[in-house]
Amino acid sequence: MLGRILTSGLIAGAVAGLCAAVLQLLFVQPVLLHAELYESGELVHFGATSGPVGRPEFGLDPVRDGLSVIFSMLTYAGYALILVALMALAEGRDAEISARNGMLWGVAGFVSVLLAPAFSLAPEVPGVAAADILPRQVWWFATVFAAGASMWLLAFGRSWLAWGAVIVLLLAPHVVGAPEPDSFSGPAPTELGALFATRVLGVGLVAWVFLGLLSAALWSGDGERAS
Amino acid sequence: MTTRTIAEARSASAYIGVLVAALLGLGIVMLTGHVQADALHAAAHDIRHANGFPCH
Repeated sequence: MLGRILTSGLIAGAVAGLCAAVLQLLFVQPVLLHAELYESGELVHFGATSGPVGRPEFGLDPVRDGLSVIFSMLTYAGYALILVALMALAEGRDAEISARNGMLWGVAGFVSVLLAPAFSLAPEVPGVAAADILPRQVWWFATVFAAGASMWLLAFGRSWLAWGAVIVLLLAPHVVGAPEPDSFSGPAPTELGALFATRVLGVGLVAWVFLGLLSAALWSGDGERAS
Repeated sequence: MTTRTIAEARSASAYIGVLVAALLGLGIVMLTGHVQADALHAAAHDIRHANGFPCH
């Protein structure tokens, strides 16, 4: 069981993480590099010295972007191990796992680790103001666990009590609220911050649907051979 | 060993497999996304931002 989860998860995660990294390098990284020019003070967007947009030219940095590819593959491998472990758990409780419904698993994963936390703690471009890191991490993990549990209950719950818990688990972190900075003093323009957040979510949705599809295809394919 | 105890033992080992894999996955995501050690933070900086992890 463990061996099958590890094989399916690591392959699915590495492939989906590689795709995520390519999309991020094309669509997210240019916004990040642009924002860093404002973070470092090279560009200023407000006040008397406000200049032209000054978009950096597209280019790849072998070491920096190579590390990003490796860490993206690792991150998605970590996500995939959790995803396939949950698929194994669901299959043990008579749920059918197929490549087709794997895409729904991917959407549920996207909601859990990206959309739910982003609803109150938007993906941060460098150069925006933010609260201390530890309270944000605590809130992020609590929100991700609550959203993940709610996705499970939404899919496999069999009672009104379970569906009621879905609503509470999804709403509670946002009613409590994410840690916020004392003042909005970040030097990055709001135009870049908004574009960054939407691109992170867009790339994340594509990567997660692909991750769900691959994980389920590998997992169920292994299952057929084993039986 | 009866069929039932074999099935129970199998099911227990399945749960352990699920738990170990999930914890391993969580550990990897902690390392790539959340541990604030300088070297890790520098190497994973762009990916942390691009995956919506709290950074800095």
